[in-house]
Amino acid sequence: MDFQDYKGVWVFIEQKDDVVASVSLELLGAGRKLADKRGVELAGILIGENVKHLTKTVFEYGADTVYVYDQPIFKHYRTETYMKALLECSDKYKPEIIVYGATSTGKDLASAVATDLPTGLTADTTELDVEEETGLLLASRPAFGGNIMATILCKKYRPQMATVRAKVMKALTPESGRTGKKIEESISLKEEDIRTKVLEIVKETVKKVRIDEADIIVAGGKGLGSFEGFQIIHQLAETLGGAVGASRDVVEAGWIDHAHQVGQTGVTVTPKIYFAIGISGAIQHIVGMKNSSLIIAINKDKEAPIFQNCHYGIVGDAFEIVPILIEQFKKALSREKVSNTSNG
Amino acid sequence: MLHIVVCIKQVPDTKIIKMNPKTNTMDRRTAPAILNPYDTHAVEEAVRLKERYGGIVSVVTMGPPPAVNAIKTCIEIGADEGYLITDRRFAGADTLATSYAVTKAIEKIAKTKPIDLIICGKMSIDGDTGQVGPGIARRIDIPPLTSVNKVVEINQEEGYAIVHRKLEDGYEVVRSTLPCLFSVEKTINEVPYSPLPNMIKAARYKPIIWSVDDLEGVDIKQLGLKGSPTIVSKVWAPQKPAGGTFFEGNPEAQVDQLLSILLGKKELFETKEGV
Ligand SMILES: Cc1cc2nc3c(=O)[nH]c(=O)nc-3n(C[C@H](O)[C@H](O)[C@H](O)COP(=O)(O)OP(=O)(O)OC[C@H]3O[C@@H](n4cnc5c(N)ncnc54)[C@H](O)[C@@H]3O)c2cc1C
Ligand SMILES: Nc1ncnc2c1ncn2[C@@H]1O[C@H](COP(=O)(O)O)[C@@H](O)[C@H]1O
Repeated sequence: MDFQDYKGVWVFIEQKDDVVASVSLELLGAGRKLADKRGVELAGILIGENVKHLTKTVFEYGADTVYVYDQPIFKHYRTETYMKALLECSDKYKPEIIVYGATSTGKDLASAVATDLPTGLTADTTELDVEEETGLLLASRPAFGGNIMATILCKKYRPQMATVRAKVMKALTPESGRTGKKIEESISLKEEDIRTKVLEIVKETVKKVRIDEADIIVAGGKGLGSFEGFQIIHQLAETLGGAVGASRDVVEAGWIDHAHQVGQTGVTVTPKIYFAIGISGAIQHIVGMKNSSLIIAINKDKEAPIFQNCHYGIVGDAFEIVPILIEQFKKALSREKVSNTSNG
Repeated sequence: MLHIVVCIKQVPDTKIIKMNPKTNTMDRRTAPAILNPYDTHAVEEAVRLKERYGGIVSVVTMGPPPAVNAIKTCIEIGADEGYLITDRRFAGADTLATSYAVTKAIEKIAKTKPIDLIICGKMSIDGDTGQVGPGIARRIDIPPLTSVNKVVEINQEEGYAIVHRKLEDGYEVVRSTLPCLFSVEKTINEVPYSPLPNMIKAARYKPIIWSVDDLEGVDIKQLGLKGSPTIVSKVWAPQKPAGGTFFEGNPEAQVDQLLSILLGKKELFETKEGV
């Protein structure tokens, strides 16, 4: 294998219902840095049905080139069809790096592609860098239950691949009108040769909790003592118009659903304001919320590690502090409203 | 008669694990070994399918000799047969080398008992990748179906399976030819306490143990550390941020200080209030 033949950084562009997944946009931001450091092109690889127009977005978020496979056979994501397109494209254009969002689709696809290539694949990366000279990808991720970070390399194979967690990389500000090279490809696959069929897609009508999209998150921990105690978290969240987050111990105790869990085995969040109330601040929790703009911790133990990971801390009993906070905040908000109306 | 093979792994219980702060390595002595929690659901689902359609459940694992205990846990849940492949030459395998070795074991099992379905857990709590399942499927060249959270139907005569695959906002119903491989979600089932006869059977059970030499057509270069394209180059403790400012005074005073900061971000609250 001659490494000289492999050039460029690729991002797998995940799309659904006519929208590019935000993790793909974040990866274009991260990929841009890698590509610039290496002095190579950044490309997106876009697969789907009626997706051509999405190339515009991909260029605006930083890609130089987009490879597009736009065929009816790609209407639904299926491992075998998407994998074949990606393998064919990679074979033809030989990128040195391919990154995917660590979503269920991204992981599914990357695992299959890595086996066929074959090459190394680092899962759930949270930091990406590249060696300028050699093009060696430095993919780092939490390991051993999140107690440590590890940097993983793939020295002997190209392309190098990684899946990357959502919300840890930053998308660039889109540059409207920015364009690049659109390369349309197609693959000769017959529907009757494909072994899997998507029979139906069922959208769950119950509103899914997406705490990763909230601007304000009020998260509670085991320190609230019981299901009943945990209700003050809901009350504060409601007062502030925020979402409810939780530590894993709270989820395991059954006080709230897993969709609310913040951390390594839960969701990564980056709200503008994050409250950690009665949460000790274990490293597995911290990795999921440390990039929040403003972190406020309330804990009765002054030594709790959460205070090492926050912007402002209140040492005290949550059952004393939170009710005051709710009451004061309500007052302050109604004052705002009055002054707003009188101004208007 | 269905023959279902479940891939399982013995893992250190990371809940209890202690790290050596000086060397940043895992102190394995402090961590008891358990059956990977995700794999308990994979075995349970196989046992339920066996009860529904008739058949046998085999479990297979690559690991050190004590992994026999993880196999015994599977027998407790209701598996019929267990295979352990263990050899120093397997050591240090990443996901690519793991899927290679496990595939070789599966191929050997299939020689005497053809396989209809393979089930894996969503991920292992120590490897933490979810890559091994699809890897095995690709190597055998059968369709991988990840994120499975319900098995609707297995039709052996007509050679298909219908499952629900979990999506972010719901699920999709997928039909696949048999044989195929499922990676199952934790939510697919609840694992009840094992019935007493299974416990007794498990206590006495002796799995089939193979070394590299017992497997056929193995390319030694693809095993273990040598066969692993990824290498861990360094480990470090995640850096700790500097730490925050404490507010002063009694609770009311502290809340006041906090409020003045929050209200500085008024724009956040206005949109939510619909003003
Ligand atoms: C592989 C692995 C993955 C994990 N993934 C996650 C994850 O994704 N997310 C996650 O959160 N955890 C995760 N954990 C668990 C994590 O290590 C911690 O065990 C967990 O975060 C602790 O939850 P806690 O802070 O709510 O509880 P505790 O650690 O019990 O802390 C409770 C805190 O509340 C304080 N307190 C008690 N009473 C009061 C009161 N009246 N008022 C104010 N404060 C009070 C106490 O001082 C204490 O600091 C993971 C662990 C492992 C091994
Ligand atoms: N050493 C192993 N032996 C057998 N099966 C394994 C092994 N490692 C992983 N698996 C299977 O692959 C799944 C995903 O593991 P991982 O890719 O390590 O997250 C697990 O839930 C198991 O079903």
